[in-house]
Amino acid sequence: MEHIYLLALVGGGLIGLSATLLLYTLGRIAGICGITFSLFMPQITDKKWRITFILGLVSGAFLIHLLTPIAIPAAPTDNIYLLIIAGLLVGFGTQLGNGCTSGHGICGIARKSPRSIIATITFMAIGFITVFVLRHIWGVI
Amino acid sequence: MNNKWLSKINLFAIIAGSLFGAGLAISGMTNTVKVQSFLDLFGEWDITLGFVMAGALIVSFVAFRFVLKNDKPIFHDKFEIPTSKDIDSKLLTGAAMFGAGWAIVGYCPGPAIASLIYGYWQTFVFVVAMLVGSWIARKFT
Repeated sequence: MEHIYLLALVGGGLIGLSATLLLYTLGRIAGICGITFSLFMPQITDKKWRITFILGLVSGAFLIHLLTPIAIPAAPTDNIYLLIIAGLLVGFGTQLGNGCTSGHGICGIARKSPRSIIATITFMAIGFITVFVLRHIWGVI
Repeated sequence: MNNKWLSKINLFAIIAGSLFGAGLAISGMTNTVKVQSFLDLFGEWDITLGFVMAGALIVSFVAFRFVLKNDKPIFHDKFEIPTSKDIDSKLLTGAAMFGAGWAIVGYCPGPAIASLIYGYWQTFVFVVAMLVGSWIARKFT
């Protein structure tokens, strides 16, 4: 197996381990959009573990680049309109659909939730179509 | 759920968060070029990130079975599992919008937040737009 695939598999395994640990200890689903967005909801009172989790998320990535030869990836597109449109769509969409890659794609499928399986198929399919249209038809990304 | 910053709950939250962030950085999920190549199914498809999903699912699919056999998590009185079973237009529209936004820049919520540590202005613009998008969804839907 090539090095890069092994790293992807190991990295994925760590994400699965994280989701398992969070469920086992705090009883929570490791859905990053849910954890993040609820920081901005007045009715959510247990914000401390969410803030701590996010601090861990950021520092975990930082430590990998600090301690291993894995380089920091290049910046995304510098087209500010694409950044804003994509951010709005991701924020609006994950709030409306109650989940993102982690909440639906990993935790939801691991729970065999039909909602999450359908959501994951939908966002993957639209992702494939969007790259096809924007890259191979319009040539904007 | 937790009232103090220095608590076992927050200790496990930061460990889980760090594992997640480390997994994202190791696997290449914070690399928007790689994410877009994974979504480029009809072009030069790079399957690498499929291994991330596989790694995460292998671990969580098995481990969730064991975790959910317990009556409750260690530090909380119950598992906070989503109860909704509805496959409705909200779920499908939300997932579709998310998929489009994910494809445009290559960030889903977890990698976007973890990538804030890289210090690129593009990531900040995306994350702010994402938070605004989620706020709009809560306000108007």
